Formats: sequence, structure tokens, C-alpha cells
Amino acid sequence: MAVGGGARPVGLAGVLKAQTGIEGLDEVTDGGLPRARTTLLCGGPGCGKTLLSLQFLVRGALDDGEPGVFVAFEESAAELTQNVVSLGWDLDDLQQRGLLAIDHIRIAEGRIQETGDWDLDGLFIRLGSAIDSVGAKRVVLDTVEVLFGALGNEAVLRRELRRLFRWLNDRGMTAIVTGERGEGTLSRHGLEEYVSDCVILLDHRVRDQISTRRLRVIKYRGSHHGPDEYPFLIDRSGFSVLPVSSMGLAHAASRERVSTGVSQLDAMFDGGGVYRGTSVLVSGTAGSGKTTLAARFLEAGCERGERGLLLAFEESPAQIIRNMASVGIDLQRQLDAGVLRICAARPAAYGLETHLARVDQAIEQFAPMNIVIDPLSSLDGEDYELKSVLSRLVDQCKSGGITAVMTTLVSGRIEGAGGLGISSLIDSWIDVSNVELDGERNRAINVLKSRGMGHSNQVREFLITSDGVQIRDVYAGERVVLMGSARRSQEARDRAAATKQAVALESQRRRLAQRRAALEAQIAALRAQLEAETIELSSEIDAAERRELQVDQDRTSLAAARRDLGDAPGGAIDKATG
Amino acid sequence: MTAVPGSDQVGEADRFMLRLYVAGQTPKSLAAFANLRKICETHLAGRYEIEVIDLLERPQLARGDEIVAIPTLVRKLPQPITKVIGDLSDTERVLVGLQLIAKAGAQR
Repeated sequence: MAVGGGARPVGLAGVLKAQTGIEGLDEVTDGGLPRARTTLLCGGPGCGKTLLSLQFLVRGALDDGEPGVFVAFEESAAELTQNVVSLGWDLDDLQQRGLLAIDHIRIAEGRIQETGDWDLDGLFIRLGSAIDSVGAKRVVLDTVEVLFGALGNEAVLRRELRRLFRWLNDRGMTAIVTGERGEGTLSRHGLEEYVSDCVILLDHRVRDQISTRRLRVIKYRGSHHGPDEYPFLIDRSGFSVLPVSSMGLAHAASRERVSTGVSQLDAMFDGGGVYRGTSVLVSGTAGSGKTTLAARFLEAGCERGERGLLLAFEESPAQIIRNMASVGIDLQRQLDAGVLRICAARPAAYGLETHLARVDQAIEQFAPMNIVIDPLSSLDGEDYELKSVLSRLVDQCKSGGITAVMTTLVSGRIEGAGGLGISSLIDSWIDVSNVELDGERNRAINVLKSRGMGHSNQVREFLITSDGVQIRDVYAGERVVLMGSARRSQEARDRAAATKQAVALESQRRRLAQRRAALEAQIAALRAQLEAETIELSSEIDAAERRELQVDQDRTSLAAARRDLGDAPGGAIDKATG
Repeated sequence: MTAVPGSDQVGEADRFMLRLYVAGQTPKSLAAFANLRKICETHLAGRYEIEVIDLLERPQLARGDEIVAIPTLVRKLPQPITKVIGDLSDTERVLVGLQLIAKAGAQR
């Protein structure tokens, strides 16, 4: 109790807490409101003080077995009961079951005459008997400041309120006291001076005609608490503060791939599509096919049996269904099958935080595997605000393993989307752009980035036909990139040129054959000539040789003849005669 | 404490039905009762009736007259109902609260 406020870790003594059961609030307060202490809940009119405190009692009664007392200074029990019927809370039933006591204290208009000293024992007694009637553990006083209007002696009233809060704490009551926000003070009558354990401020601001609700824990003695302003939402399921449990960066990283629904596009992502649970941005100029691409992604998911959620900020569901049907994407079938849900709202209908809170709620309720936000760029807000909202959304999807595809409109080239400052938040970025050439516009698609995988660096042509989405290689050659009919005509020209070339080649081939034939004929003729000449010459050579041999023989026989006549050895004679 | 009847010489329309809410016999309560008796005897002699309700004994009665502060004096009759809180030590204010005199001093 002696520990100062601020964001320090849970004190050594450890502040005991009573969980509120309000989505997100227990996270922000690190477990709930301080047990057996009084919490001041302040805010302007209509910002949800009554609802939050009533929900605290209802959840306490139903979830934690802690009955509660609601002291209403402004609304009657019947009014309160009526107001929360739409939230599914049956206050009559809770009262009959002894889980809730509502005491409406009507303070008359106008000032009551005062003479001399008084105290608030009347209130103490009423409160005490209400607490005893249900064995209450939780008490709400909404809003005790009304007393300031009715009872003039402020000094006495302050003393009595201080005594009241102490008395509640002594009785072990976890209490909420509501207070109207004042000019420059948290509550009009400075209740924060008496309630020093926990102060929560609700804010309901309107900017550009759009209301945004936020909650901030201003102080929480002895306990850690979230220091920021958190958006909250009041809707059919009551009060919810945007969960912040996923604010860390500790998401599991799946290796599983998810198809984009377009096989050629999957191929550009290293052949297998994007990682499950990542965020994909599809940026593009007007009419470049962002919605179609995103819708196809959802449809493909639905076909695999994965639930898809489409959050549309520009078109009505009927319009989206019709438009997508015209390009062969049958969303109606998936809606009928219950695997697709479309939530459409005008961006201007709520503030950014409210949109986020609604997205959050839709995710919670429908538990989709894939979501599409179309388009992100129509959400209006300050840059820093947009970025914070987006980062929370991305965090939330990641912690839930949800693959998110967000479209964003960029004017001109992609630098526009970079200016959004969101590049760092997203894992894969597909850019679709219109390329104007030769009097027509064509769609070009490329993958700007994809974390954790090699991806294509090629610009491809993106075709939207009545049969769906297709991606074609563009004509890339001769230092130009061509698409559409330019690509087709270039391809035709290329084909003609190729044919021409083939013909030329053929004729050259023929010429070569002819030349070869001619030369070969020549070779044959020369060879024949050579042959003839060879024959002629060799017969002459033969004759000459024969002649020479004859001469030799003649000479030999002449020599022999001479030896016979003279001193020739006998051997020689033998040889010659033999 | 029980009701203290005044005399009944006057018509019903002029009768003052007063209720004093207290919580136990505290000095404030006792002072308030004494002060009220004195004022009534002085200004309403014979045409008043005081009922003292101790909320410690009958807490459920606090609801009926929307009692928050103690002591509270409630003028039940004549209509309309008016309330005065405190120990009733300032006679003039009590008279104003009971609408026996106009807001003469126009005290807040």
C-alpha cells in the first residue's frame, strides 16, 4: 500500500486483485482492480462509466461468485435493467438469485436546507443493508458526485465520503466509484483526492465527427499497469478494451505456406505462396485489381476449408459479391457454406480505434484463418495512429496464426505506401500497378518483398478475366517490357520475324547443298582426270622400266658371253649356265 | 423514540406531519430532536406530530424517504414534502425548510 504508483512491477506485498471479467481490462490492469480498495472511474458523460461498473458486478457475480451492490444515484433499477437487456444481462434474474442488489437513491432536485452538522449514516445504513442482503464483495457507487449538487456543505460531504470509502475498504469491498470528469481535474469534485489506489479514466473524444473511446489507467498503487491509452468498445457484448496481450514480439513463426489462390503468384513466392500467419500488403493504384486479388485469396482459403473474414471499408457485401462473381470468384457460395463472413462498414462510421476493436471482435467471434482488410488506406487517422493501430492488428493476427491480406491504395508509384510507414510491419508486399502503353492500361504485378524466402524479382502481367485471375510473363526483350496488346503484337511480330528467318535459313541451307554438290562434282572430275593421267603415266613408266630391264639383261648376257671367251671363273660359268 | 402528538384543536389541512430520521442516539440526533421540539412548540403549537425513525432499528425505512444524510427532518404534510438536514440548530433555516417563513434572509 505504501508503494508509489506508476509502472513498477507488482509490489513485494503483492496487491490482491479482483478480476473485472472485462475483455482486455484485466490485461491492462495486470489482473483486475485492487481488492478491498476503491477504484475511481472517471470520464465525461456517456463514456461508459455505468456500463463498465455494471459489467464488473455482473461478471463478478456470474464468473467469480462475488455478489455485488449497485448504488445508482442517477438511474432507477428499472432503467438500468432495461438498458442492459440488449447486452444479454438479466439484472432482475441476478437480483432474484441474490447475486445483485440495486439501490436507487433518488436525490431531490434543488438544495436541501441544512442546519448544523450531519453525516452520511443514512447512506451507510442503506449500503450496509444492501451488502448484507446479498453478501456482497463488490460495490459500485454511480455516481456519488450527485451528492455535491444536493448537499451544500462540501466540507462535511468530503469528510463523509472519505469515511465512506474507508468503511467500504474495511468491510472488504472492492469498490468502483464513478465521477464526472471536470475541467482540468479528473473528477468535477476532486474525488481523486480520496481514492488513491486506482484511478481509471475513460475518454470519449470526437474528432472530425468520429467518436473514439479510450481507456487509461492513470494510477494503480503498488501494481504494474499498461501505461497507454487503450481503445475500448461498447457494443452488443458489452464493454471491451482492446486486448493487449499480444503486444510482445513473440509470435511463433510457421513454416507452412498458404496459397495466394493464384498459382502463378505462388510461383513468384519461391514457388509456394506466403507463410501462414504473416501479413501481406497488396498495394496498387485505383482499379489495379487489389480487391480481386484479395478476394481470390479468401476464396482459395475457403475452398481449403479455412474460414475467411473480409472486412470491407469501401463496398457493401452485395456489391463485392456481384463484382467478384463477374470475375469468376464465387463468394456467395462460401458465405452460404458458412466459411466466409463479410463485415462492411464505412470508414467514417467510427474512429480508427473503434474499427480496430470491431475487427478484433469479429476475429474473436468468427475465428478465421485468413482475413482481408480492404482497403487499409481508407481508414482515416493520423499517421502515428494508423501505424499503432496497424501494428496492433498485425500483432493480433500473428499471435492467432491468421494470415492477413491488406490492400492499400497508392497514388502514383509505390513510394506512397512507403510513406505510410507500414513497410516494416508487413512481411510480404505485392504491388499491382497500371501501366499505360500504346493507348491502353494493363496491370503489372510484382513482389516487392517477402521476408524469409527468395521471391521473384520479375514484373509480370496480371490479367483479370471472367474466369478469374491469371498471371502471365511479360514480353521482356530488347530492353523493353511490354504488356497487353503491345505484348501480343510484339509476340506476333516476333513470330513473323522468326518465320522469315527460318525461310532464309532454309534457302541458305539449300544453296550450301548445291554448292557442295557442284564442288563435289568438280572434285570427282578432277579425280577422274587424275586417274586417267595416273594410268597413262604409269604405263609409260612400265614401258620404261621394261626397257631398262631388257637393257640390263642384254648387258648381263653380253658380259657372260665375254667371260666364256676369257678368264671367267668356273662358278660364274656354272651360275650362268645353271 | 415514539411519536409525540400535539394537541388536535386544528383541522387536518393545517397539521404538520414531521418525521425525524436518526441513526442511534448520537449527540447529533439528540440535539436535532430537542431543537425540533423547541421550534415546533414555538411555531406550531398544537398542530404538529413528530415521528422519530431510528434507521439502526429499521434500516429498510431509509428507502421510503430517500434518506442519505443523518439527521434528516422530513415534512410529510402538508404537501409538498420538504427536507432539512443537520442538527436543526439554526431555527431560521429550519423554518425556511419547513416553509413556515419565506426565504427571508435568502441564505444559501
